[in-house]
Amino acid sequence: MVLPEHRMTHLQQLEAESIHIIREVAAEFDNPVMMYSIGKDSSVMLHLARKAFAPGKPPFPLLHVDTTWKFREMISFRDKMAKEAGMELLVHTNPDGVAANINPFDHGSAKYTDVMKTQALKQALNQYGFDAAFGGARRDEEKSRAKERVYSFRDRFHGWDPKNQRPELWNLYNGRINKGESIRVFPLSNWTELDIWQYIYLQGIEIVPLYYAAERPVVERDGMLVMVDDDRLPLADGEQPQKLHVRFRTLGCYPLTGAVESRAQTLPEIIQEMLVARTSERSGRAIDHDEAGSMEKKKREGYF
Amino acid sequence: MYEAPQIDNIEDYLRQHETKDMLRFITCGSVDDGKSTLIGRLLHDSKVIFEDQLAAITKDSTRHGTTGEAVDLALLVDGLQSEREQGITIDVAYRFFATDHRKYIIADTPGHEQYTRNMATGASTAQVAILLIDARYGMQIQTRRHSFICALLGIRHFVIAINKMDLVGYSQERFDEIRQQYAEFVAGLNVPDVHYVPMSALVGENVVHQGTQMPWYQGQPLLTLLDTLPIQRGEVLGKMRLPVQYVNRPNLDFRGYCGTLAAGEVRPGLAVKALPSGKTSTIKSVVTWEGEQPLAFAGQAITLTLNDEIDISRGDMLVAADDTVTLGHAFMAHVVWMHEQPLVIGKTYDFKLGTTFTSGQITEIKHQIDVNTLEKHEAGELPLNGIALCRIQLTRAVAFDPYQVCRATGSLILIDRLSNVTVGAGMVISEADDVKGRKSLPPVTAELRARRLSQQAARLTVSGEGAAAFAEYLEAALFAAGAYPVLLGEGSEDTANALLGAGLLVIDVAGTDGPRQLAARSEQGEITLAPLAQDDDSAAEAVLTALREQHLIG
Repeated sequence: MVLPEHRMTHLQQLEAESIHIIREVAAEFDNPVMMYSIGKDSSVMLHLARKAFAPGKPPFPLLHVDTTWKFREMISFRDKMAKEAGMELLVHTNPDGVAANINPFDHGSAKYTDVMKTQALKQALNQYGFDAAFGGARRDEEKSRAKERVYSFRDRFHGWDPKNQRPELWNLYNGRINKGESIRVFPLSNWTELDIWQYIYLQGIEIVPLYYAAERPVVERDGMLVMVDDDRLPLADGEQPQKLHVRFRTLGCYPLTGAVESRAQTLPEIIQEMLVARTSERSGRAIDHDEAGSMEKKKREGYF
Repeated sequence: MYEAPQIDNIEDYLRQHETKDMLRFITCGSVDDGKSTLIGRLLHDSKVIFEDQLAAITKDSTRHGTTGEAVDLALLVDGLQSEREQGITIDVAYRFFATDHRKYIIADTPGHEQYTRNMATGASTAQVAILLIDARYGMQIQTRRHSFICALLGIRHFVIAINKMDLVGYSQERFDEIRQQYAEFVAGLNVPDVHYVPMSALVGENVVHQGTQMPWYQGQPLLTLLDTLPIQRGEVLGKMRLPVQYVNRPNLDFRGYCGTLAAGEVRPGLAVKALPSGKTSTIKSVVTWEGEQPLAFAGQAITLTLNDEIDISRGDMLVAADDTVTLGHAFMAHVVWMHEQPLVIGKTYDFKLGTTFTSGQITEIKHQIDVNTLEKHEAGELPLNGIALCRIQLTRAVAFDPYQVCRATGSLILIDRLSNVTVGAGMVISEADDVKGRKSLPPVTAELRARRLSQQAARLTVSGEGAAAFAEYLEAALFAAGAYPVLLGEGSEDTANALLGAGLLVIDVAGTDGPRQLAARSEQGEITLAPLAQDDDSAAEAVLTALREQHLIG
C-alpha cells in the first residue's frame, strides 16, 4: 500500500536532513563540538541543533575562533546566543599570533588568515581533543566545497585530501576514525544562500544586526567598503571615514569584510536584494581572491 | 545614488518559494557527451551564475577552455584544481539551482568505467537520472552501464537527453532511431518512467527553453519536464519504520527516541514494537521543537515518547506492533565495491545499516555482474567498481526491508576495520538462510583468524628491570587499542604456541635483570623495534605505533 502523499517543502526536507546529520554525530562521536562563527549560516546551524534535541539542549559545546578582529556587534551577539541556547561557549585565540601582533594590515590577508584562523582552529581542536566539529559551510559557496562530503575526514594534522575522500551514500555517514583523526561535519551542505535567508525569515531566527542596513562609518579600499569598527584600523593620510547606509552580506574580520551600500532593513528587503545581486556572496571576502583555487589550498591545510 | 531593484512583490515571491518542492537528480554521461556543458547551461539559463563567477570562468576559458573564444560553461562545473588540469571530473560534485516550482540538487559524477563508485554514490540519493547520449553515436556501452547502475540504486524516473542534435541536422529520424534502440534496452531494467528529449546543450535547444530548430518535437524542454514530473514521495513500502538514531534524556522525566522516519506514518496511540527485542508499547507523543504533533510521516526527523519504559537503544527499529518485519542475521544483497583492495570472502568488515553498526562477512559471491554487458559470471573476489550479488552474514540480527521497497532500511555500507574507509555499499534483495550444517562452514585457518581479529599473531617478550609490571601495562594498552593480547607468566612453551595459533598477541616475561628490553616475533620473523624508552607511557606508545606501522594490529 502506498500512503497518501505527505508533502514536505524543500526547506522542510533540508531541515530534516540537517537534523538527522546533527543527531548522528551526537550519537556516534565521543567529543563533538559546534564551530560557531556568528554569521547567518552559524545561526541557522545552531537553530537546527536546538531543534534536533528539543526539549533538551544540544549535547555539545560551541567553539568560536576569535581572531580579535571580529566586529564588536558579533561578539556581543555570540555571548547572547550561547546564553539563550544554554550551551557552553568556548573561545580560542591563537596566543602566538597575539604575541607576534599578527594583523591583516602588516601581514596580508593570507598570512593573517593562516595564523589567526587556520592555526588557531587546529590549536583549539587539539587542546580539547574534539573528534568531530560541525561547520556551517555550504556546497554552493565555492567550487571546491561542491565536492566535499557531509562528513569530511581530516588526518591527525587536520589536513583534507580531496582525492581520497570516503564515498558517501544515502544518509549512511562513516564516522570511524583512529585516535587523533577527526571529522568535520557540514550539516548545511545542501542549503543555498537563498534557502538560508528564507529559513531565517520563516523561522524568525535572530541574526547579527550588521546584516541589516544602517548608517555606518566606512572607508573605500581597493573598491571594497571597509567599516571603521574601532580605532585600530589605520587610516592613510587624508583618509576620512564617511557615513554611508551599508550592510554586510557575509561576516568575518571587519578589515577584510566588504560592506555593500543598501537601505534594506527587513529580511524581505535583504532577500530581494540578494535575488537581484550581481556578485556572489564570498566575493565580499578578501581571502578568496588571493589566487585561483585558494579555498582548496586552505582546506588542504586544515581551514574549515 | 544607490537604488534598490524591484521585484513586484517580495512577500508574494517568498510565499511562492517557501512551498517549493525539492528534487535530486544525477547526470550521467562522459565529458564528450556535453554533460558539464548541460549543467553549466542549466545553471546559466536559470540565472544562478553570478557576474563574478562568470568573469572568473571567462578568464579561465582562455587558460583551460576548449571552446576557443566563447565562454566554456563546462568550467563552471569542473571543480578542483587538480581535476581541471586533467580535464576531467573525478568525483561527485553537487550543484544547486531553483525554478519557480522546485529546488534542484544535481549530483554531477564522471562517466568513465573506473568511476562506477562515484556514480553509485550520486545515484544513492537521486530521484531522477538524466542520461546523456551523443546523437552522433547513439547508445554506447557506457549508456548501458549508467542505466544499469541508476536502476540498481533504485532510481525510478529516467530522462534520456539525446544531445548534440545540432551536429546531426536536428534530424527527427535520428532521434526516433536512438529512442527505439534505448526503449528496447531499458525494458529489461526495472524503470517505470522513461522520457526522451532531443537537445543541444551547447546552443541551448530544449534545455531551459523550447528550441526553434526541432518543431517536430512535441514534448517539453528538459527543465519544464523536470519541473512537472510527478515524483513518488516516500517509499514504496507504506509501513512505519523508525530506525532509532539517538535516545534523548535531558532529564529524568523525559525519554525520547529520535530518528528520521524511513517509511509510513506515526500518531499518538499507535501500538509499536521495538526490534530486535520485540517488546511492545504505544506511542505517547510525537515531539518536535514546535511542540507535540498529531501525525508524522516519512522523511521527517522526529522524537517519539512511549507509554511504557522498555529498553530501546540506538540501532533498534520501531515498527507497528502488528507488522511482520524481516529480522535476521543473513541476507542477499547487491554490493558495489569501492576500494582498490578487492572484497575478500570471509573477511570481517564493519557494516552500517540504518543506525545499526555491526560486524559481519560476505560469505558468498553468487555472481558478479558485468556492468557493460549485464552478463553474470562467477567471481572469487570483487574488484574496485565491481558489482555482485552477495550473501552477507552479520554478527547480530537486524530488521531490514528489500532496498527496492525502502531505500532507508535496505541500504548498507561496508567499512574496513583497519583503515576505517568505506569500501563498499549494499542493497538488500531478500533474506538469506542462516548458515546451516557443517558444509557451509569453512575450516578455521590462521588467515581467517587474523582477519576476524584484525591482528597478526605475535609474541612480545619483555625482559629486564621492571619487566613484569611493564608487560602487564603493555597488555592493558594493547587491549585498550582494540587488540587481543594475552599476558603469559613465565614457562610453558606449549601454551604460548597454542595461543599464537589462535591468532593472539602473546606477551611474556624472560628475566628481570639488566636493562629493560623487548623482543618481538611474528610468523614472518623478527619484528624490528626501537630501543625502549625509560618511562612506561612512551615505551608502550612506541610499541603500539610500531605494531600498527607493520600492520600487526589495526
